[in-house]
Amino acid sequence: MEQVIAGRAYVLGNNIDTDQIIPAEHLVYSLSDPEEKKNYGKFALSGVPKDGAGLPEGNKLFVEEGKFESEYTIIIGGKNFGCGSSREHAPACLKIAGIQAIIATSYARIFYRNSVDGGFFIPFESLGELVNNIRTGDNLTINVETGTLTNNSSNQTFKLQPLGEVAKIVKAGNIFEYARKVGMI
Amino acid sequence: MGLTITEKILAAHAGKDKVTPGETIWVDVDVLMTHDVCGPGTISIFKEQFGENAKVFDREKVVIIPDHYIFTSDKHANRNIDILRKFVSEQNLPYYYDVGTENYKGVCHLALAQEGHNRPGEVLFGTDSHTCTSGAFGMFSTGIGNTDAAFILGTGKLWVKVPESMQFEFTGKFPDYIMAKDIILQVIGDIGVDGATYRTMEWTGNAIMNFSMEERMTLCNMAIEGGGKNAVIEADEVTLKYVKERTNKPYNIYRSDHDANYYFKKTYDASTMEPIVAKPHSPDNKALVRECSDVKIDRSYIGSCTGGKYTDFLAAANILNGKKVAVNTFIVPATTEVYKDLESKTLGGKTLLNIFKDAGCEIGDASCAACLGGPKDTFGRTHGTEVVVSTTNRNFPGRMGSKQSEVYLASPYTAAASALTGRITDPREMLN
Ligand code: SF4
Repeated sequence: MEQVIAGRAYVLGNNIDTDQIIPAEHLVYSLSDPEEKKNYGKFALSGVPKDGAGLPEGNKLFVEEGKFESEYTIIIGGKNFGCGSSREHAPACLKIAGIQAIIATSYARIFYRNSVDGGFFIPFESLGELVNNIRTGDNLTINVETGTLTNNSSNQTFKLQPLGEVAKIVKAGNIFEYARKVGMI
Repeated sequence: MGLTITEKILAAHAGKDKVTPGETIWVDVDVLMTHDVCGPGTISIFKEQFGENAKVFDREKVVIIPDHYIFTSDKHANRNIDILRKFVSEQNLPYYYDVGTENYKGVCHLALAQEGHNRPGEVLFGTDSHTCTSGAFGMFSTGIGNTDAAFILGTGKLWVKVPESMQFEFTGKFPDYIMAKDIILQVIGDIGVDGATYRTMEWTGNAIMNFSMEERMTLCNMAIEGGGKNAVIEADEVTLKYVKERTNKPYNIYRSDHDANYYFKKTYDASTMEPIVAKPHSPDNKALVRECSDVKIDRSYIGSCTGGKYTDFLAAANILNGKKVAVNTFIVPATTEVYKDLESKTLGGKTLLNIFKDAGCEIGDASCAACLGGPKDTFGRTHGTEVVVSTTNRNFPGRMGSKQSEVYLASPYTAAASALTGRITDPREMLN
């Protein structure tokens, strides 16, 4: 597990559901075929309505036309991030697009589980709402060990919620690595 | 301190006498269900982690139900079905309901019930968020992703954080124009789309226990739209009758103790309930149907796991019988068994299927169809700015296809009444 995650922020609002993260029509691509899999990066967050895409201004593409990866590596979200379907394509597409961490006020539980158990990225919970303190494009640094987020663009620092029980799985890498470590498989 | 049904089931499956909300436990899984959208991903993770020739933990406990992208020319979607077929034959799995065969069923959550895979007291995980539907049978059921499903395929176990329970009690009797869909939309409107996050929604009270299994499934189906981990209704005579007709496997009935601990309890008077819609673009955007009577619609859609069961069509047929729809109206039975019911069950001497055809509805094949948009050629999918009244469970932007379309979630009564007038219509205008 990386101790420090740094990158540019892409800011979203409340209730970003899995159809916005990856619209259902794209779910047909294989996640194990390296070429096909790239399509998930291309269509990541393509269902977010324009005015909510990249707050506060909106109208910011997460992935540029013709590209398969995003220039942003950290997502800042509001309440109930990842609600909707159980599709693991949702955290997977964000990882394929290059996301290394999400910091949201709260998560829908299946999305949260999928992110942790699949080892896609770390789903941090913020202590208050960050959506108004961070702008899309800001330079962020997350210190995983201390659970702090620094917005280098505004010189503000925020405390994040401790990971709790799931820290063991996050540390191991994913649920399989964890189970091997404790001798379950 | 007593325990809730959910706590008792989880404790029994973790080999413990009791569990406490917040505690993380490992449970033994009774059934793992997957479908065509998440099955292929689950299978590839399973093989990657446990080996190309690994065997599933218990072939009797794996159920595979293709239902989502079935009737399409999309080549990737069709390839997914081939992957399922190959896996089923490698593993020699007994419960596979293949498309294009006599054995095909349709939407997984109803197929699980109809084929006897829902049994009180069991633990069922499925790679679909609406797996909470099965809680209608007094069991623990919830949705998971591909990684967790692959983990279960290999080990038969999964970690669970024990949820706190919320109890929703409905006393008295519902008016006859009220359906389970009105009730769940009312409650989600009250608590919000994240009001039950990480928690159990437990339904109780006379009015709930008077519901058929189909209506109970509708209630539990949408727990996920309130953020819930699972929903549960205690098994009773109605449950046992349904289950006994479909399986002879043994099961256990659990009841919540009177002194069980709830995070929240709310009692509603069933007789005061009114028809409800959820306006675009969120299932908690609640309004009374009668407040929306000036909303013009372009189509009505009656289908899905939550609104495409026999009882849903019976309600719709009551309203459409002998009349003509004013807008495009799509009828999509959830399963082939429901389709057969439409062909065989009658109202006033006429089959439901003929009632719908004569009213001018279009009838689709049993599947998820446009409930989740899907490939461009999906039956009933929106492509533009259509305003839809739908008995499905989600109205997020783009859910039924086009991001510009607007979806009002409603009961089958409301969807049928609105189909006749071309505007959102309170079923009381039609039922007398
Ligand atoms: S009918 Fe709709 S909600 Fe139900 S399983 Fe299919 S896609 Fe999901």
